[in-house]
Amino acid sequence: MSSILVESPGLLTTVQDLGRPGFGHIGVSPSGAADPLSLRLGNRLVGNAENAAALEMTLVGGTFIFRQDAIVAVTGSDFGPTLDNVAVRHGEAIEVHANQTLRLGATRSGARCYLCVSGGISVPMFLGSTSTHLLSGLGGFEGRALRKGDILKIGAASGPFRKKRIAPHVMKHLSSRNVLRCTPGPQADWFPEFVQGSFYSSRYRVGEQSNRMGLRLEGPPLPLEARPMITEGVSLGAIQVPSGGLPIILFVDQQTTGGYPKIANVISADLHCVGQLRPRDEIHFAKATFEEARALLIEQESMLASPGAIVE
Amino acid sequence: MATANDTVDFRFASDQSLLVYFDQKISPEAHRRIRALLHLLALEPVAGVRNLHPAYCSVLVDFDALKFAHGELEAILHGYVSRLDEVRLPDPREFEIPTCYGGEHGPDLNEVARLHGISPDQVIHLHSAAAYTVYFLGFVPGFGYLGELPETLRTPRLASPRPTTPAGSVGIADSQTGIYPFAAPGGWRLIGRTPFAMFRHERENMSLLNVGDRVRFVPISSAQFSALLEA
Repeated sequence: MSSILVESPGLLTTVQDLGRPGFGHIGVSPSGAADPLSLRLGNRLVGNAENAAALEMTLVGGTFIFRQDAIVAVTGSDFGPTLDNVAVRHGEAIEVHANQTLRLGATRSGARCYLCVSGGISVPMFLGSTSTHLLSGLGGFEGRALRKGDILKIGAASGPFRKKRIAPHVMKHLSSRNVLRCTPGPQADWFPEFVQGSFYSSRYRVGEQSNRMGLRLEGPPLPLEARPMITEGVSLGAIQVPSGGLPIILFVDQQTTGGYPKIANVISADLHCVGQLRPRDEIHFAKATFEEARALLIEQESMLASPGAIVE
Repeated sequence: MATANDTVDFRFASDQSLLVYFDQKISPEAHRRIRALLHLLALEPVAGVRNLHPAYCSVLVDFDALKFAHGELEAILHGYVSRLDEVRLPDPREFEIPTCYGGEHGPDLNEVARLHGISPDQVIHLHSAAAYTVYFLGFVPGFGYLGELPETLRTPRLASPRPTTPAGSVGIADSQTGIYPFAAPGGWRLIGRTPFAMFRHERENMSLLNVGDRVRFVPISSAQFSALLEA
């Protein structure tokens, strides 16, 4: 079996696929790639199924030595990839030869970059997924972020190298946006009109303690009437407002239930943008209806599903 | 956006999820109906439903919006809800959770006693004399929300949550008690710790507790704790 040596892990690098739905009733969150669109496209570039396990890097990428020939793709944010110190293209299939070193640096755009390898990263399945859930230490590579010296096994390559890249119109769609569209949350009616007005007109800054569980926002606190709330299930992208009034966006490694009111929920078609937000990025929220949100998701999926999303 | 029939209230949570409320308070009847809905959905799964998050009086249903819109899912779920009374639920399983109270394992025991004007021994007695229902699992894998605490022990959360709480810690918050399966940040007041592993991925029943189980805490000494500790 082919393998990769982790020469340097980067800031926070984990194995992720498209997540682990179906176990919310035992408290297991879905996890999965923070920017699933980039993971899916990267896997397609190397001839994998969209759900194959890949590496998700955060803000600063790692350095990887390939023991055998491989086909790889680097997608998501631009971490300035080089192969034996020669710049290689982002968003394209790349041929790597045995003993070559692929190095990713600090981000030049958003928070996360994906390294997809033909054959996928081979780690044990846990509840139907290879995704890492850091808090519980479950899934992925030994349930943890990669460390220097780790050796990752690679599955059998699915075919010969073919020159492929992500189509320009899809790259454009993936580029970072600072407006997140939202549908009303299940407790939206707990927030009077003027508070909602403040929520949708304020600029928020992504806080330093943000991670895959949630993004803490800094900005004008929302006034909130103290009111008892019975803990209930929380959805991906829910925007909860704790008593301090500063919103938190619940994300892929989220807790499965929570006891704070939710003012809004990021629409599914914009969740990949949340995965690319860095600490200190400035964002604001825009209102969407449920019909608009669904139409945008269907439109995005049909763009991704079209054969023209990947060009030769 | 919210529609009601005689028994449940639906509310859109996101563009791909729907909350089904059985009540607006914690009640044994809502709990029974939630267990019945989970039971029916496990027997007859709905294609396109991806995840279920049960809680005290609601279930969050996460679905694939490419398959259907909220209204269509509501119609399907109405069909399930109308059959809940027919569901025969298995008898609850019963568990005894050995717990070492106080000291290093229960750093908030004395403070809880002080807040209620009783002795730490009385807190231990009250907490371990009651039988609790596992209303649901949530927050992190295998974390059971157990209710309800005896009135005397009901205590608000810590003003500022601990950045980390050791695995096995037994905490209380408001009318609930629970056991942290993993080291996690938490605002519950810690009165003891169990040596049992609440969640193990290599075990057939990964989560020791399941929705509907009945739980009692059994006081043990710190020597017994060390002897029973499951790594």
